[in-house]
Amino acid sequence: MSLKITNLHAGLPDREILKGLNLEVKPGEVHAIMGPNGSGKSTLSKVMAGHDDYAVTSGEVMLDDINLLELSVDARARAGLFLAFQYPHEIPGVSNANFLRAAKKARLPEGEEIDAIKFYKEMYARMDALEMDRSFTSRSVNEGFSGGEKKRNEILQLMMLEPKYAVLDETDSGLDIDALKIVARGVNAMRSPDRGFLLITHYQRLLDYIQPDFVHVLMDGKIVHSGGRELALELEAKGYDWLKEEELATA
Amino acid sequence: MVIENTDISGITADTTGNFTFPERNKYDSGFGITEKTVDYISDVKGDPDWIREFRKKALKIFLDKPMPTHWATKDLENIKFDEFRYYLSDGQKPKRSWDDVPEDVKKTFDRLGIPEQERKFLAGVEAQYDSEAAYSNIKAAVAEQGVIFVNSTEGLKEHPEIFRKWFGKVIPTGDNKFSALNSAVFSGGSFIYVPPGVKVKHPLQAYFRINSEQFGQFERTLIIADEGSEVMYMEGCTAPKFETATLHSAVVELVAMKGAKIQYVTVQNWSSNVFNLVTKRGIAHEDAVVKWIDCNIGSRLTMKYPGVIMKGKRARGEVISIALANSGQHQDTGAKMVHAADDTTSNVISKSISIGEGRSTYRGLVHIPKHLKGCKNNTECDALLINSKSRTDTYPAISVRGNQHATQHEASVSQVSADQIFYLMQRGLTEAEAMSLSVNGFINDLAKEFPMEYSVELKRLIDLEMEGSVG
Repeated sequence: MSLKITNLHAGLPDREILKGLNLEVKPGEVHAIMGPNGSGKSTLSKVMAGHDDYAVTSGEVMLDDINLLELSVDARARAGLFLAFQYPHEIPGVSNANFLRAAKKARLPEGEEIDAIKFYKEMYARMDALEMDRSFTSRSVNEGFSGGEKKRNEILQLMMLEPKYAVLDETDSGLDIDALKIVARGVNAMRSPDRGFLLITHYQRLLDYIQPDFVHVLMDGKIVHSGGRELALELEAKGYDWLKEEELATA
Repeated sequence: MVIENTDISGITADTTGNFTFPERNKYDSGFGITEKTVDYISDVKGDPDWIREFRKKALKIFLDKPMPTHWATKDLENIKFDEFRYYLSDGQKPKRSWDDVPEDVKKTFDRLGIPEQERKFLAGVEAQYDSEAAYSNIKAAVAEQGVIFVNSTEGLKEHPEIFRKWFGKVIPTGDNKFSALNSAVFSGGSFIYVPPGVKVKHPLQAYFRINSEQFGQFERTLIIADEGSEVMYMEGCTAPKFETATLHSAVVELVAMKGAKIQYVTVQNWSSNVFNLVTKRGIAHEDAVVKWIDCNIGSRLTMKYPGVIMKGKRARGEVISIALANSGQHQDTGAKMVHAADDTTSNVISKSISIGEGRSTYRGLVHIPKHLKGCKNNTECDALLINSKSRTDTYPAISVRGNQHATQHEASVSQVSADQIFYLMQRGLTEAEAMSLSVNGFINDLAKEFPMEYSVELKRLIDLEMEGSVG
């Protein structure tokens, strides 16, 4: 059981971005992927989720025993993959509550309905944990939200949908330190032996609050270095260049 | 002409109204429209002479008037008037009880949920099947207040003193080619009179059902709300999808006397072979309100511009409309606001959704003459495009003379982007569900204007449209 990426080659029609990426996230583990701009971090999250701008030329992404690459975007989500977006979309006119309800309902067998009382109880509890005002339930999804509110809303969705594997794409970007702490608290509350996390981040700051079990460095479409938590600190201190040199040396 | 057909094995059903029963018409005017057709209709209906004359004059105007293709779509030229039948009925009077309604007609309305709605939240129902009402009933408590709710034939025969005073006065026969056509061959529709000061608590509803192929439905509705009264009228419409074209051309006239309020709600879901060419207009006297809430889904071509003539001081006119054009459909809709007294206010909010090859057009007219003062108009048109092939046009004509008025106009075009759909699908919604949610979000603020039961229905219709629109 794991979210397992094997020798993944993918990119835009005219340009390969992921060039043989390997990674395995097991339930209960938190992995962080760091890397310089343009290394393919965001591409990885979109390819996993099935964005049709990107084409997979070879390789495999397995969620437990399900071949994700054969599924549509929504089927991948229902299979247990959640992506917290770097830039969450605004959905005018659709209230947060209705959106969450629709997303939860999509996971129920045909014809089954959400228990409204249970749903609201759960939603309010999750919102309280994220210090979100109750008024967010009736506001349109992400519309007029500040950057920090959008990110919190992503974590609210994660909490409500309880995926098997969650990929967080630059969730820390645009957050002040207080918001970052709240978001981290939400994520930490969702850590469990049954759930795997993949944090994609540019800065090690997030990792002060969500402590990863493993840290990987993505450069030029491949994982070039893996280590424990301490690797993030090393990257913070030394940058990425030493890894480039190391890679050149071993090549 | 009697068409014999007793085979009912071929019934196909679905909730969009796409099913049909065999015809069993005692009266059939045959194909095409001539003076004979008009006489046939007048004979069958037992029209008084003045109506027969009215029809004949109208026929002449209809035949003389050119198609308005100098401004409207050329698709109008594809209407072959010789290929329609203009009157079909089984010759039965409308029934007061569903138990007396012929079995297949009752089944039709059962399937569309009409009797159930009547029990739950309506003050009265008229159910029209092809040319005539099959069922018509008003709750006793409402009738006791003096409210009249009958079909147009009964209205003109039983209540000529009210009917004749207003009939054809809000929309003159020669207003346009299709109002003339309706005036020549009209049948069915509602006649409503609400006495002074009576506020009808629950809506009155009419349902217009086309069952027969190569047929035109021409209902005629006249609603008069006397001083200080209030009424809400709702109409629904469906037809099965035939290979051939179907024509629906109604005329609806509303009269709101001093201080009265009329709300007219339409939820139409025509199949995509229907030409829906409807003229709707209301007069609002002093302090009166006429409000059109109009939802256009389906049809091949809809041309409909509900209007309000604000004739008395402080009168108010409103048009709230939602149009959804899927591939193969053209929704050409809008509003006409004619200010004819001081301190009158009009409000137009129009939202259109174009999907696939679907096309939406907004045409608005706001007229405020120079000699008036204190008139206000607000016009908002928002268009939503789903995929790049769809088309939307806005033609607002706002003519304001004098400088003691306030008008504002806003228009926007937005798109459901691929990234928005991706975001929703990443949360587990199918593509159709994602589209549906986006569209429902777009119209959300307007859907609130609909009575609750109708906004639920509206959402369901949009879901069905979206299911069909994604591969």
